[in-house]
Amino acid sequence: MSLTAKDVEEIMKLLEASSFDRLALEIDGVKLELERGGAPARPRATPAAPPAPPVPPAPAQAARKSSEAGLVEVRSPLLGIFYRAPKPGEPPFVEVGSTVSEDTVIGIVEVMKLMNSVPASVAGEVVEILGGNGELVEHGEVLMLVRPEA
Amino acid sequence: MPIRRILIANRGEIAVRIIRTCNALGIDTVLAVSEADRDSLGARMAGRTLCIGPARPADSYLRIETIVQAALGSGCDAIHPGYGFLSERAALAQMCEEEGVIFIGPTAAQIEAVGDKLRARAEAVAADVPVAPGGPVESPQDARTLAEQIGAPLLVKAVGGGGGRGMKLVEDLNDLAATMDMASAEAGAAFGDSRVYLERYVAQGRHIEVQLLGDGAGNVIHLGERDCSVQRRYQKLIEETPAPNLPEPIRAAMHRAAVSFAARLNYRGAGTVEFLYDVARAQFYFLEMNARIQVEHPVTEAVTGVDLVAEQIAIANGESLRLKQSDIRINGAAIECRVNAEDPARGFMPSPGRVSTAHWPEGDGIRVDTHIVDDAKIPPFYDSMIGKVIAYGATRDEARTRLIAALGATRIEGVATNLAFQSELLADADFAAGGVDTGFLARRLARETAPEKV
Repeated sequence: MSLTAKDVEEIMKLLEASSFDRLALEIDGVKLELERGGAPARPRATPAAPPAPPVPPAPAQAARKSSEAGLVEVRSPLLGIFYRAPKPGEPPFVEVGSTVSEDTVIGIVEVMKLMNSVPASVAGEVVEILGGNGELVEHGEVLMLVRPEA
Repeated sequence: MPIRRILIANRGEIAVRIIRTCNALGIDTVLAVSEADRDSLGARMAGRTLCIGPARPADSYLRIETIVQAALGSGCDAIHPGYGFLSERAALAQMCEEEGVIFIGPTAAQIEAVGDKLRARAEAVAADVPVAPGGPVESPQDARTLAEQIGAPLLVKAVGGGGGRGMKLVEDLNDLAATMDMASAEAGAAFGDSRVYLERYVAQGRHIEVQLLGDGAGNVIHLGERDCSVQRRYQKLIEETPAPNLPEPIRAAMHRAAVSFAARLNYRGAGTVEFLYDVARAQFYFLEMNARIQVEHPVTEAVTGVDLVAEQIAIANGESLRLKQSDIRINGAAIECRVNAEDPARGFMPSPGRVSTAHWPEGDGIRVDTHIVDDAKIPPFYDSMIGKVIAYGATRDEARTRLIAALGATRIEGVATNLAFQSELLADADFAAGGVDTGFLARRLARETAPEKV
């Protein structure tokens, strides 16, 4: 058997209703780890850990191209490996041009197999994506730039 | 596989100290910094810095998963934990072992063996290392019997304590039960371990510790001892080597005892065995083992010429011990003063803030380990040590004289410091004579604050 999206949703609800902050579950080789908090918004999680990334050669913070005034920086709430998609091979949570609301998940930051979802925390349109998929991001590193709703 | 890149999981002067040795060895450095330390000297010197979280240590420097993730994500093959923070947390060493990252320090099992004071005490007994009379007790009746054997005054010590924390003095054995109850409750709250044990109280003791290096396979050498008896509330202020006016047979016996303690554990890396030397009885007792590099390691480096951080890295590399006991020669004497941003006139209150000017001394035999330069910030979240001034001399008196001159030439503006206070201590007649006990500073402070007798 494997976990369906619906199963995961059910388990997330159980965690949210419980007094626990963290849940780890292993069924037939499928490992699910959920954690509350880590991000300022409502806790979210994703099933299935993405594969370990190759060791990056010390990437510097990507130089931003947008010089537009008034853009809001979406920063990583913690140090970890940034993933733009819920799983390898799946479409990214957001692309340039995507419309996001405050609790839209824009990516995941993994810290030692624990997945922490990152909410946009702002409503608007994604203008630029700076965080590289599968790369180490620092605490406070700018992941995306969003043009806030007028 | 040689270590090529090290993540330094620490801050302040020790981060700078580790980076220096890495640079000399051609090893890349990645420094984990909190938000408060982004602009620190270490951050400027490191090959790369990674912000690991907010200023509060619990949100940054104490996060084991974040530290290991930072090391893995930045291609580091090893983690140097420095001192304090995670340096003696078995869980970090454990996670490193699981993730294939080299922990520059002992094994998780060794950290556990020495971190539990009662277990360390039992290890000392097993290694024929003298311990102060005392031990664990099962019941109040047990406690009473043991206490009568030890005699008052005695100490109730928390198993999870150390470094002077979690100790209570019992002067009258009628107070034993009540003190034990209180100590146990406090230990449970402070260390998550309510176990306590009894130990003889040494009225006049000197804190003397032995520096060790072990290869993890039972080979251990010592690099002499350090006398750290000038303490305020168990915080060391001045450290020196060799320990002055210590009977030679005692010195040699301490070295042997420390080596046999660590050898029995197959200890790996740099470590220090601390002893309490009972001046009146001319006996020494095992206190604890510190499974890390220590703040006061430079005095040992000054008299031996050994770079202890480089040896730590070599051992972590699996190079075994590069030095034999016969290679270790103690030449001359060295004294270290800790310079703290605190105000002796106001009860040693910490004085965080911005250092407008930092002028550190230079000269023959002077070494300064610091992260404080002009405009450096001293955040209120961390300990108040801003640097260490170390003086070497052919004799103790030469080192002492050089250190007094060096402190006099030091200018730190913008925050209060203990520089003048430290200079007075170095000039004190008892300190100059050598061999003060751990009560020296408290007695001196009591004299100063006592009302003038007419």
